[in-house]
Amino acid sequence: MSALLEIRDLRVTYGFGPSAVPAVRGLDLTLESGSKLGIAGESGCGKSTLALALLRLLPPTATLSGQILLDGEDVLAMKWGRLRAVRWAGASIVFQGAMHSLNAVHRVGDQIAEPVLLHGHATPAAARRRAAGLLEQVGLSAARVDAYPHELSGGQRQRVMIAMALACGPRLIVADEPTTALDVMIQAQILRLIEQLVADQDISLLMISHDLAVLADTCDRLAVMYAGRVVEEGPARAVYDAALHPYGRALSAAFPRIGDPASRRAPRGLPGDPPDPSALPSGCTFHPRCPVALDLCAEQDQALRDAAPGRRAACVRIDAPVPAEPLS
Amino acid sequence: MTLEKTPPTPPTPPTPPTASAAAAAPSAAPPPQSAAALARARRRASAVRFWRRYRTHRGGLFGLAGLSLIALMALFAPLLVGSDVQSVTAAPGTALEAPSARFPLGTDQFGRSLLSLLVWGSRVSLTVGLLAAGLSVAIGTLVGIVAGHYGGWFATVIMRVTDWFLVMPTLVLAIVLATVMSRSIWTVILAIGVTSWPTTARLVRAQTIAVESRPYIERARALGGGHRHVMTRHVLPNVMPLVLAQTTLGISAAILTEATLAFLGLGDPIIVSWGGMLQDAREAGAVSSGHWWYLAPPGIAIAFVALAFTLCGRAVESVLNPKLGVSR
Repeated sequence: MSALLEIRDLRVTYGFGPSAVPAVRGLDLTLESGSKLGIAGESGCGKSTLALALLRLLPPTATLSGQILLDGEDVLAMKWGRLRAVRWAGASIVFQGAMHSLNAVHRVGDQIAEPVLLHGHATPAAARRRAAGLLEQVGLSAARVDAYPHELSGGQRQRVMIAMALACGPRLIVADEPTTALDVMIQAQILRLIEQLVADQDISLLMISHDLAVLADTCDRLAVMYAGRVVEEGPARAVYDAALHPYGRALSAAFPRIGDPASRRAPRGLPGDPPDPSALPSGCTFHPRCPVALDLCAEQDQALRDAAPGRRAACVRIDAPVPAEPLS
Repeated sequence: MTLEKTPPTPPTPPTPPTASAAAAAPSAAPPPQSAAALARARRRASAVRFWRRYRTHRGGLFGLAGLSLIALMALFAPLLVGSDVQSVTAAPGTALEAPSARFPLGTDQFGRSLLSLLVWGSRVSLTVGLLAAGLSVAIGTLVGIVAGHYGGWFATVIMRVTDWFLVMPTLVLAIVLATVMSRSIWTVILAIGVTSWPTTARLVRAQTIAVESRPYIERARALGGGHRHVMTRHVLPNVMPLVLAQTTLGISAAILTEATLAFLGLGDPIIVSWGGMLQDAREAGAVSSGHWWYLAPPGIAIAFVALAFTLCGRAVESVLNPKLGVSR
């Protein structure tokens, strides 16, 4: 197994000069070929910025530094023509809100065929057949190629988006909150579909969500982001069941577990709001909300460190693990 | 008024849900069909769908009937009245005759039949109206989409130029252009075309900016689409309803401007047009001598054509974009 995606010290800043807002502050992540990585975090922690940065889709006001190696090639250093070729053919995105990511004035078949025509050298008829085939792969009838987006339900539209993501046979699919605005039944269907397609076609998946339970269920590995950084990373189940970082623990404690009456009677949230990226707290950015913070935390920034085999976390208490009864 | 109602909401696709059966019909055909045949079948289906919706608008039907009448009249004018109606030397009657059985609308100061001249004049009005409005809308759409898409200093410069054209009194500019250039119908078309585009440019730019902020534009960029792809495949179809409405309204305005220029004596003096007839009537003293049959018909004809185009335009607009809420 080799690394398909390697992000090294990625920094994204919106705006310039004194009003610059750092959205991603030095992020390191590795995604093995064929594996599934989940990225969790609150709103505003830089998850979606990360997704857009992967294909350099950020607005011109954003400044990027660091390296994003996709198959060994640095996306940030690519020329415009090469970048356009890599977009979708190398890595594709399932956007959040399929309602709006489809153009209302084109038939869905044409929209699925769009990347095929842009990249491949397929004839329009072949692209159309491919679109019909893709629709069948995602569980829709091939006759739906002639439908307009408004004739489809939310779940069907998200399926169309997934079909579109598969259109050019990418090696990586970035799913940016693919199940927002869908009800739980459809959510489950869509997640199963993504899982199955990714497994069948040996595609790597980078899934972004605020729903830790969904990620733990779908992905192999899980990274928890806070204020533009990864604060914890490890095997999905392990991170979900026994997070090492207090933020990761708070996040997983916010979801009641089925079959655990204690969690149902005492649902726990995390007090406070995520920090304003333009005025981050000193030291460890999580310390104002941390239930187990030390005095040291206000002064000393915590880097991501190896905590256990295959696990990393950015907490001062990692060397002396916190007691298992924390948080309440 | 219609244009002010244009909301910044996504234009609704041209298919009503009920027509999906009609849309699905050609798609049910087996896949190994040639692309050209498919495209033809789909174009036919969408034309049928368009007509089905159009005929529910009574005003639009009136407008269409009026337009067809005038178009047929203009097309077959040489057969109806003969192609020598404009000849001053071979005039059939005497000067300024009152209406009679032979000359239902009397004659002009050269003894030519006014009814025949009226029929002949429709050719000029329609030609100038269509071509000038087409030119004006083409320039305006191009400028608007380019300015809205690129933004930045480039758009600022373009829009300042547009503003400059916008504050120039259109009629004065057209008069100047028609004066300095050689006297021909093409000069009039050009003069109207290059003076009336700024409104379209502003409208299209505003709509372009609204469309560009939608997620499917981001998706199109993620697909690897370049500037031209985004502008022609995604922005253009979405501003098309606006452009179409602007065109039909522009035709009315262009016909009126042509009549104005001809009335002011700036048209081609050899060609008979409705505006030119009004000018001739004024010069011949039809106003003071009460020759209403000379004065009224060209004026009524101008108003009739402008009304017919406006009615059609509004019906087309409401078929293509039901969200505008244009009443029937």
